[in-house]
Amino acid sequence: MRNRIIRLSLCAAALGAYHAAAFAAPPAPAPMKVVTTTADLAALAREVGGDRVTVTALANPTQDPHQVDPKPSFILQVNKADLLIAVGRELEIGWLPSLTTSARNAKVQPGGAAYLDASANVKILEIPTGQITRAMGDVHPQGNPHYWLDPANGRIIARSIKDKLSAMAPGDKLYFEQRYAQFDTRLAAAEKKWDAMLAPYRGAKLVTYHRSWPNFMERWGLNVMGYVEPKPGIPASPSHIIELIEDMKRQNVKLIVMEPYFSPKTPESIAARVGGTVLVLAPSVGAVKEAADYIQLFDYNIGKLTGALKLATGR
Amino acid sequence: MARVRVRVSTGALLLAGIVAAPALAGAQQPQSAPPVAAAPAPAQVTQVREELERLRLEFEALRRTYDERLQQLERRLTEIGGGPQVVQQAGVQNAVTPPQDPQPAPQPAAPQAGQSSKVFNPDISVNGNFIGAAGRNPFATLSPLQLSEVEAAFQAVVDPYARADFFVAVGPEGAEVEEGYITFTSLPGNLLLKAGKLRANFGKMNTLHTHALPSVDRPLVTANLVGGDEGFADAGLSLSHLVNSSVMYLELTGEVFAGLSDVFQSVKRSELAYVGRVRGYHDLNDASNIDMGVSFAYGPSTIDLPPGLLTSIEPAPVIQAAGMNKRMVAVDATFRYRPPSRAIYRRLNVRTEFIWSRQEMPEQMFESAFGMYTSAEYQFARRWYVGGRYDRSGRTLDGDAIDTGGSAFLTFWPTEFSQVRGQFRRINFAEGVKANEFLFQFNFTIGAHGAHVF
Repeated sequence: MRNRIIRLSLCAAALGAYHAAAFAAPPAPAPMKVVTTTADLAALAREVGGDRVTVTALANPTQDPHQVDPKPSFILQVNKADLLIAVGRELEIGWLPSLTTSARNAKVQPGGAAYLDASANVKILEIPTGQITRAMGDVHPQGNPHYWLDPANGRIIARSIKDKLSAMAPGDKLYFEQRYAQFDTRLAAAEKKWDAMLAPYRGAKLVTYHRSWPNFMERWGLNVMGYVEPKPGIPASPSHIIELIEDMKRQNVKLIVMEPYFSPKTPESIAARVGGTVLVLAPSVGAVKEAADYIQLFDYNIGKLTGALKLATGR
Repeated sequence: MARVRVRVSTGALLLAGIVAAPALAGAQQPQSAPPVAAAPAPAQVTQVREELERLRLEFEALRRTYDERLQQLERRLTEIGGGPQVVQQAGVQNAVTPPQDPQPAPQPAAPQAGQSSKVFNPDISVNGNFIGAAGRNPFATLSPLQLSEVEAAFQAVVDPYARADFFVAVGPEGAEVEEGYITFTSLPGNLLLKAGKLRANFGKMNTLHTHALPSVDRPLVTANLVGGDEGFADAGLSLSHLVNSSVMYLELTGEVFAGLSDVFQSVKRSELAYVGRVRGYHDLNDASNIDMGVSFAYGPSTIDLPPGLLTSIEPAPVIQAAGMNKRMVAVDATFRYRPPSRAIYRRLNVRTEFIWSRQEMPEQMFESAFGMYTSAEYQFARRWYVGGRYDRSGRTLDGDAIDTGGSAFLTFWPTEFSQVRGQFRRINFAEGVKANEFLFQFNFTIGAHGAHVF
């Protein structure tokens, strides 16, 4: 009798285990692996993708995105990517093609189902027309690729990512839409704040090192009257520096904005001559620790910029 | 052309006006309220204002859309027949405050790199390598001044499964296809297949094109053991596999060649040359990494027997011996340092390569030779690099004849498309002869040249 009870108990336990195994909820699908070329695209992909994606950015946020080595470790990342998002407009022309060629991942080849060019649909500035030559410096024939520095474009990029993720994982479409809507709401509230902060300085003149900020400056009506680089990617010559100093003095411009990956030596020398200041802004999410996500990137930059403009313009 | 532009601009404005007219009409209607009616309630005024604001935003969005389309049209016209050179400047003059939630019309996805004006044509580039030499070298092969190589490159995606790269080199000895191959990028199993004429994956230096070298010349070991300037390039197949590892990048490559290069020479269709390579790469941190490889090559060769080897015949004739096997092994290591936040200004590459050669000789004899180089290149300013190299190498048919040398070089890069380099080179030849030379180089590229493999 006792043996029978034990046997029955064992059978019940085995049956229970079988049921548990057979009817247990299926394991959650692994998060989609998203690889982006820059930290800004990674930040926007995280906003939309939430916990349904793992996101890796290739370029270091403290690095000039034109000057990235196509390291084999990046090939590994692209090889495992379910989705590759690029800035496009030839920003990554010096390094991304060799990565995609060697990645052995058909999906993420340009034009492939899992390749997203984030520049589609955004507002692109400085599209050159007419004949383009390298005498013009490192000009991008398809327009200035630093377009993510306008939050209106950030919203469009996020929407493109939302649409792409939804198409690739239709089961999570609602989730991505909710995440996008939340981001959109937060961004809209932040934009009102940023607009108010920069409104007093509309029309203010300044100088930037590289042409990294046209979308940012146009968004808030700031006037870039000159560049430390005489042409994109070309270091300043003495004659250009003298000319720029004269222009800044004539127009009473006292602020130079630069990226953290350029040497401050030349801008500081110019600023000293005109009695101005040099302001290092973050061109990418993660370039400074205060700019940990896309909205914080603008919080940081606009906070710094308004402080510097107040000093430079006296407004 | 100006007339065409005016027509297009006028047409686009008219189009924008027609599309925007209903919106403007709608915007004006509330303002023209019935004059005899009672004054509208404040709530109605607020509603009308909101409606006006909404319409204004819609109009702005429409205007932006048509501005962008107009720009595209102008660009197309320019591509067709040339046009004015206008670069839109960002600034307050052009500033348009975008609406809070702009809804621009979808634009076509941007064309891929370098294809904006040529659609399906390949990326085309031409590189010129102009070299000068001065000083004393009894075994000199360099002219005092020469355009040593013009390399034309044609690179494009073939179809969704492959891309193709062609490099045609023209030098004083004539024109030849330096490389020309198709790469299948969509194979399963982490495989990558190349077919065509290609530089063998043997060591590191052999894979580099002349214009990508850190110095004017190649190391002595390349000249002595690996085919000289032409290197080990041959018609063949290359299949490589990327090992799925989370620890490091590991790539295994197997190649088979026809055996018609400066390193291997086959006289039978059945005699082929083979290459195998294992490459490992690891990021030490964000700024530095280490790249190592072991390569093996095996194949037939045809050798000129040195005079005096066949002692039974007087005077000793120069005889060629075909079907002699040759084995080669290379070990290479590269350390790179490039801090991301100063990547424009600082870079250090240290590379070394050891090569062993074992050449079959007549009468079941073998000749073993060893060669190596160690080089370093340091970027100390945005456009300036300084470097040095130590060379030591035996010769394929005489391993005991050791040539040694050293070089120091300085490179100025006005832009990434041109460089000016000076190099002092000293070689101690095994014959006891010394060479001291000054070499200089102008290297320049026009067109869209694809990124080099890291």
